[in-house]
Amino acid sequence: MNVISVFLQKAITQGIPLLFGANGEILTEKSGNLNLGIPGLMYMGGVAGLIGAFLYEANVANPIPFVGMLISVICCLLCSALGALIYSVLTITLRANQNVTGLALTTFGMGFGNFFGGSLSRLAGGVGQLSTATTASAFRAKIPFLTDIPVVGELLFGYGWLTYFCLIITFALSFFLFKTRVGLNLRAVGESAATADAAGINVNRYKYIATIVGGMMAGLGGLYFVMEYTGGTWVNNGFGDRGWLAIALVIFARWRPLNAIWGSFLFGGLYILYLYIPGLTRDMQEIFKSLPYLVTIVVLVITSLRKKREDQPPASLGLPYFRESRG
Amino acid sequence: MSAAVKEPLFHVVKRDGTSFGRSLLIRLAAIVLALIVCAVIIVLLTGMNPLSVYAALWNGAVGTSRRMWITFRDAAILLCIGFAVMPAFRMRFWNTGAEGQVLMGAAATAAMMIYGKALPSWLLYALCPLAGIAAGIIWGVIPAFFKAYWNTNETLFTLMLNYIATQLVAFCIIFWENPPGSNSVGLINSKGKIGWLPNLDRYGCVLPILIVLALAVLLYAYMRYTKQGYEVSVVGESENTAHYAGINVKRVIIRTMALCGAVAGIAGYLLASGVSHTISTGLVGGRGFTAIIVAWLGKLNPFSMMIVALGLVFMQKGSVEIAGQFNLNENASEIITGILLFFILGCEFFINYRLEFRKHEKEAVKA
Repeated sequence: MNVISVFLQKAITQGIPLLFGANGEILTEKSGNLNLGIPGLMYMGGVAGLIGAFLYEANVANPIPFVGMLISVICCLLCSALGALIYSVLTITLRANQNVTGLALTTFGMGFGNFFGGSLSRLAGGVGQLSTATTASAFRAKIPFLTDIPVVGELLFGYGWLTYFCLIITFALSFFLFKTRVGLNLRAVGESAATADAAGINVNRYKYIATIVGGMMAGLGGLYFVMEYTGGTWVNNGFGDRGWLAIALVIFARWRPLNAIWGSFLFGGLYILYLYIPGLTRDMQEIFKSLPYLVTIVVLVITSLRKKREDQPPASLGLPYFRESRG
Repeated sequence: MSAAVKEPLFHVVKRDGTSFGRSLLIRLAAIVLALIVCAVIIVLLTGMNPLSVYAALWNGAVGTSRRMWITFRDAAILLCIGFAVMPAFRMRFWNTGAEGQVLMGAAATAAMMIYGKALPSWLLYALCPLAGIAAGIIWGVIPAFFKAYWNTNETLFTLMLNYIATQLVAFCIIFWENPPGSNSVGLINSKGKIGWLPNLDRYGCVLPILIVLALAVLLYAYMRYTKQGYEVSVVGESENTAHYAGINVKRVIIRTMALCGAVAGIAGYLLASGVSHTISTGLVGGRGFTAIIVAWLGKLNPFSMMIVALGLVFMQKGSVEIAGQFNLNENASEIITGILLFFILGCEFFINYRLEFRKHEKEAVKA
């Protein structure tokens, strides 16, 4: 029982950054933009939050955790919004190819993260490993007493506030997309931009806002990893390929945020399953690590076999919209 | 003026066609702008004199004959991986899986080198590239098959296969590790260099470059002068047209991805047998993704792709050198690459479209 509850808790911890990223990508894709830059944006958000916290802690005699947290959240949101803005200008206004622009953004974002994460303390004139433990403590703070509840205490309440915030965002996003007028308009833009345009919807504005807000959500996933998971330090490429898993999760969830919740926990569990299966040799562990990707492929194939209309990606995903050249 | 009807300041018009000189000029302007932005960033980070930034870039990339050859060789390898996505892109099949296809090719080559030691050397020289090509083809055809028969999304399928390839290679590495417990394979056959691509020059760069140049010519001829190459273009333009013309679209998709996989396999072979003489999960190091950018910016033309690949590798080598001088980490090169790409991607717009400003504003200026 104990091992299972620890495993579940770790699976959720692993799943939250994926859920942030998947939410961001769902919102973006619903506007018809396939943003393959999400992995890069997650790096950018994470490192920007870290830089903010680092500069605050380095320049203030007695840093207050809560203030550091606020600063790092703001830095994270600004930086990932800026990254998403680059993508938006290039693909929406300048009509560049979305796949290529997204990949370029991922190259840029991962380099940006690893460069500043790895060189920050040197650039600031210090030496040694960079640490923002004070700020991270605010991210890691748990509700007192609740975690003492036997059995379920740790499992339900053993996380920092970003975890609960992520779940709130997911429910809010689902409500927004499927229950509000603006959400309906956004989905119309993603399905058929020309039709939406004819109905008087400002296509470009919807695309811009969805992509930028989506990028900010993804950035929070990076921040979660840097602050809550690793406790306010940077490990080069520590975030690994989780950004791509977040994009895989979007397909797995068939573009529905609520499906992404349990999907993210499942992916998180598969990501660390190899640590919990007794008797695995080192080489077999590596095979087990490919499970999340295998599962995604299986889901991808099954959805394409079933051809259910509500399971398909937004119809104009990946296509630029140019009012003068309707085809 | 203020009473005028609401008319936007400018609107966008598609150009009918752009002269070669004009598009070249726009691209050059974008590259110059990108270089200026990159220099500003480097100056801000290191406090270098802006001119010496460019001198250091040049020195880092082609400063010595060794550096120059390695820059050319790495550009050739990147170009080769670019060739592995180019035919697929011609038919609008978004192959994001070159990373995995190259890695599988490299792993198969490494396996040949490890298990084929006892074979006669001419046989091993033939089997190494063949094993790489076969592995690349398998990894490329799997998503093509699903795309052809069930229209499974290829962008994501090929993307996922990259990570499965990485894990398979991680498995192989532990299986082959040498010395045990090191989690790496080390130089394969370092005694006797069995199965290594022969060196024609001091740095072992000439042969890989020649192989890739030969591939460029072959691919150009294939795409341009053969029936199969023409079919690829038709499927890319419109699947319906292709059906109507009696082209077997399924077969074209699978055949073209087999070609892509084979080219990726050759790249993997060159990496394992000609460059690193070992296998590791980071062997391809993101070049499968950079290659997509090379193919796209080179307009899917093998010869323009050469220029793009060389430019990108030049900037990467140069910025790694600068980062090294200042003890900063080498990821600086990815930032530089990213900025260059943003500018080049953005400038395409000004090649394809022009802005028309409000008419009466011009008249007001005249008056």
